[in-house]
Amino acid sequence: MPDLLIELFSEEIPAGLQAQAADSLKKLITNGMVDAGLTYTDAAAFHTPRRLTLAVAGLSESSPTNQEERKGPKVGAPEQAIQGFLRGAGLIMKDLEIRDDKKGQVYFAKITKPGRPASEIVAEVLEATIRSFPWPKSMRWGNGSLRWVRPLQSILCILSSDAETQIVPVEIDGILASNTTRGHRFMAPDTFMVTGFDDYETKLKRAKVILRADERSAIIWQEATNQAFALGQNVVEDGGLLAEVSGLVEWPVVLLGQIDADFLDLPPEVLKTSMKEHQKFFSVSNNKTGKIECFVTVANIETVDQGATILKGNQKVLAARLADAKFFWENDLREANAGMGKWQTSLENVTFHNKLGSQSDRIKRIAALAQELAPIVGADADVVEKAALVAKLDLSSEMVYEFPELQGVMGRYYALEVGMGADIALACEAHYSPLGPSDDVPKEPVSVAIALADKLDMLKGFWAINEKPTGSKDPFALRRAALGVIRLIMANQLTLPLARIIKSVDIGSSSANLMEFFQDRLKGFLRDEGIRHDVIDACIAMPGNDDLLLLVKRAQALQSMLVTDDGESLVQGFRRANNILSQAEKKDGVEYSYGADIKFAESDAEKMLFAALDKVDAQIKPAIEAQDFLSAMMVIATLRGPIDIFFETVKINADSAMTRRNRLNLLSRIRNTCLSVADLSKLEG
Amino acid sequence: MCGFGVGGLIDADKRRAYSGIMSPAEDHMTTPKSFQEIILRLQNYWAEQGCAILQPYDMEVGAGTFHPATTLRALGSKSWAAAYVQPSRRPTDGRYGENPNRLQHYYQYQVLIKPSPPNLQELYLGSLASIGIDMALHDLRFVEDDWESPTLGAWGLGWEVWCDGMEVSQFTYFQQVGGHDCFPVSGELTYGLERLAMYVLGVDHVMDMPFNDPSSPIPLTYRDIFKQTEEEYARWNFDVANTEVLLRQFEEAEVECKNILAQDNIDPKTGVYIIMVHPAYDQCIKASHIFNLLDARGVISVTERQAYIGRVRALATNCADAFVKTAAAGTV
Repeated sequence: MPDLLIELFSEEIPAGLQAQAADSLKKLITNGMVDAGLTYTDAAAFHTPRRLTLAVAGLSESSPTNQEERKGPKVGAPEQAIQGFLRGAGLIMKDLEIRDDKKGQVYFAKITKPGRPASEIVAEVLEATIRSFPWPKSMRWGNGSLRWVRPLQSILCILSSDAETQIVPVEIDGILASNTTRGHRFMAPDTFMVTGFDDYETKLKRAKVILRADERSAIIWQEATNQAFALGQNVVEDGGLLAEVSGLVEWPVVLLGQIDADFLDLPPEVLKTSMKEHQKFFSVSNNKTGKIECFVTVANIETVDQGATILKGNQKVLAARLADAKFFWENDLREANAGMGKWQTSLENVTFHNKLGSQSDRIKRIAALAQELAPIVGADADVVEKAALVAKLDLSSEMVYEFPELQGVMGRYYALEVGMGADIALACEAHYSPLGPSDDVPKEPVSVAIALADKLDMLKGFWAINEKPTGSKDPFALRRAALGVIRLIMANQLTLPLARIIKSVDIGSSSANLMEFFQDRLKGFLRDEGIRHDVIDACIAMPGNDDLLLLVKRAQALQSMLVTDDGESLVQGFRRANNILSQAEKKDGVEYSYGADIKFAESDAEKMLFAALDKVDAQIKPAIEAQDFLSAMMVIATLRGPIDIFFETVKINADSAMTRRNRLNLLSRIRNTCLSVADLSKLEG
Repeated sequence: MCGFGVGGLIDADKRRAYSGIMSPAEDHMTTPKSFQEIILRLQNYWAEQGCAILQPYDMEVGAGTFHPATTLRALGSKSWAAAYVQPSRRPTDGRYGENPNRLQHYYQYQVLIKPSPPNLQELYLGSLASIGIDMALHDLRFVEDDWESPTLGAWGLGWEVWCDGMEVSQFTYFQQVGGHDCFPVSGELTYGLERLAMYVLGVDHVMDMPFNDPSSPIPLTYRDIFKQTEEEYARWNFDVANTEVLLRQFEEAEVECKNILAQDNIDPKTGVYIIMVHPAYDQCIKASHIFNLLDARGVISVTERQAYIGRVRALATNCADAFVKTAAAGTV
C-alpha cells in the first residue's frame, strides 16, 4: 500500500485563500481517485504561503479488475454486424461465446477490464484538479494558458512504499512533476529530494519551513505571549489576525517593539486598527493600566542581528503611520471643538444613494423618526434629536476617512471631547448595532431610539425606491437591518406600532410588503429560538401582528402550551368543533357566526357547554388584555371536557332547523373563543 | 547577460545570488549615498537584465503605468522589456512640501517585461540587492494585492512587496488592459522611488534626502530642488487653477481623442496604413491628468467622479482597441 505525496509550489498565495485551497485539493484529489476505483486509509492537506500539500496514506496500488458481459448479434447475423461488435469489445471471433437466448443463439462477449496502476490514475486526477481548481480569482502568466492563483512553479508528486519511491509522471503546461522541492525563500533556497511525507516534513523544517499552519500559529502565539509577559504586558487576542499572519510566513520569527511615546495618547482603537490594518501587528497592552504600549510583528526570517534591523524598520513605518493618525486626530478634535459645522456641511455633499438624497438628508430623517420613537423606548425626545444629529458626523472626520471601520467609535470620542452627555456619546457608536448575530444589542434608550430609526429609515428608503433584496443579492444589507430591528425590539421588550411607523417615514409611499419582509425575518429569528414554523404562522395570522413583541409572546405561549396535555386538549377541542362547523358551512353556503342562544338548548350537555363558554370568555378577556396568552390558552383548554360530552350526547344535525342552526352557532362560539389566542387552524399534525 | 526570457527556472547559483546571500565585498552591496545613485543602480541593473532603458514620457501622468511603454505595450503578442523612471503627478497629494512622505510630484521606477519571465520574483529581489538591501538582514514579503485601474480599464494580480513592514514596490501580472485580455501576460514592477530611497538612505523627511552625493562640491538635497515647486504647485492645484479652462480642456481632449481614432486607417495622403494610436492616447492621458486637477480643486462631486472616470476609461479602451490592430501589437 503506497503513500502519495503532492506538493504544488507557487509564488506567494494570498493568506486568506490558503486554508480553503488546501481543503479543495484534498477533496478533489481523493474524490477523483476514489471515483477511479482506488482506496486509501487517510488523507491530510497542508498549506504555507508558497505551497499546497496533500499526503495520502495507504493508497491501493491499482484499481480493481472489472469483468463485463456484453450481448452481441445473433448467430448468423450479417458479417458486418459481427465485426463491428468484435471491434467494439476489442476481441476476436474465438473469444466469443454462443448462448441460447429467447430468440435463438446469440454471441456473448466477456470483456475483462484490467485494473489501472495508481500512478496512472493519480496523474490524471492531478492534472484535472490543477486545470479546474476552484480559486476565487486566478491568473495566467508568461506565455502559458494555465490558470493558478499566482504562477505555479513546480510540482512534487511521488508514490512511496517501503521498497521504492516513484515519481508520478505528470506534465502540466511545461511543469514536469518531480521528487524535489525547495526550502525557505531566503534561508534555504536550494532544491532537495524527498522520499515520503515524513521525510518531506522533516527536511522542510531543516530548510526553515514549518509545514503546518496550526504549528506556525502556536509558535507565534506562544512566543508573543512569552515576550510580552516578560515585560509585564499582555498580547491582545485576535484570532483572525493570527490566522492571517501565519499564512504570511513559512518560518515565523516574533519581534516585540515599543510604540513611540508620542503616540500613546491616541485612542486605543486607533492604535489597534492602524497597527492591524496597515502593518498586521498585534497590539500589546500594559497589564496594570490596560493601555496599548507595544506591538508584536512576525518576520519570516532569522537574521544575524536577531531581527534588530527588521524591528527598527517596522518601528519607523509604524511611527510614520501613527504620525498620520495623530495628525488626523488633532485636526478632528479641533473641528469637533469648532462645532462640527464643517462636517455637517460636507455630509450635504455626500450622496447616500442617488434616489435617497445626501447623508445629511438621511440624518434629518433619522432624527425625526428617532424623536417619534423616543417616548416608546423611554428616552427624552430632545436628547434623542440632538444625538441623532451628531451620531454620523464623524463620517466626515479625517480619521474615519482613513479608517472607515472606526465610524461611530470616533464619533463617541468627539462627542465626549466637546462635553456632550455620555448617552449621546454612546449613541454615536452604538446606533450602528446590532451588526451581526454576535453583536451586542444596544440597551441605553437614546441609543435604542437612534439604532431603530437608522435601520427603519434604510428599510423604508430602499423599499420606496424598489431596491429590495432578491435571492442571494442584498447589497444594502437590508435583511441584517430588519433583523437588527427585531433584536432591538426583543432585547428591550418594546411595543412598536411598526405598521404606522413604516408609513410615517416620509419618503415615497410604498410600504407594501415591507411588513411581510419583517415577518419573514421574524420567522427566521423565532426558528433559531426553536419555535415551530406553523406556530409562527398561527400567530402571524392574528390581528395586531405588526407588534412584533406581542407576536413573539403569543408564539412562545403557544409553543410551550402545545407540548402539554392542556395544549393537546385545546387543539383537539378546536379541531372537533371547527371540522364539523366548516363542513356544515360549506354544505349550507353560509357562515354560522352569530347568535347561539341558550334558550334553544335542549340537552344538559348543551347547556353545560353554554355555561362553560360564558365562564371561559369572561376569564380570557382580561388575560388577553394583559398579553398573558398562556393563561388564556389554559383556560380555553378546560372546554375540552364539555365539548367532548356535547359531541357524545348531542346530535348536531337535529331535525329542527332552528335547533341545528343554534348548535352550529354554538360551535362557532367555540371557534371564536379558540381563535382569540391564535389561529389554531394553521397548526399542523 | 540576459536573465529572463530564456524559459525554465534559473539555476541554483543564480538563485542564491538573487536571494541576497551575496558577498558583501561585491561593489554594488555598498549602501548608496544619494537618491540619484539609487536610480542609476536600478537603471544599470535592469539594463544588465536586458531591458531597454527608456526615458520618461513627456506628459503629465499620475503613475508610471500610464506611459505607453506599459499601457499599450502590455497589449498584443509582441515580446517587450523596458524600464524607465517616470515623474508622476498626484495633485491631491500636495502638502506644500511640509509632509515627510507626501508629494504632488514624485518619481516612480517602472519595469515591464512581456511575457513575464518565470524568475521575475528573483530578478526583482536582485534589484533590491543592487541598491544595497541585504536580504539576510531584512524581512522581504510578498503580500497579496489585487491591482485595478478603473481609469485604464485594467487589472492584474500580484503583491505589494514589503521590506520590514514597508511597502517598497507593486508587483503585478497584468491580466487585462483597456478591456482586452493580456496574452502573453506582462509582469509589471513599480517602485515608489522616494519612499524606497528614504528607507535605504535612512532619511525621515523626503526634503532632507541627498539628491546627489553629499560630498559633491555642490551637494543638493531634495529640498533644494523640489521644496519651492511643491509649494508653487500645491497653491496652483488647490486654489488657483482655472476650473472653467480645465473643464473645457477635458472636453477638448475627449473630443480630439475620439476624432483621431475616427479617421480612416489608410492615410489619404500617403496611402499607408497608419492608425494614430499614440496621438489619441496622449489625449487620453491629458484628460486623465485634467480630471486629477479638477479633483484637487474640489469641483467634482462624489457622483460626478464615477462619470468622469468612466469617460477616461472609454478613451483608454478605444485606444487599446486601436493599438491591437497595429504592428507594435504584433498583428500586422
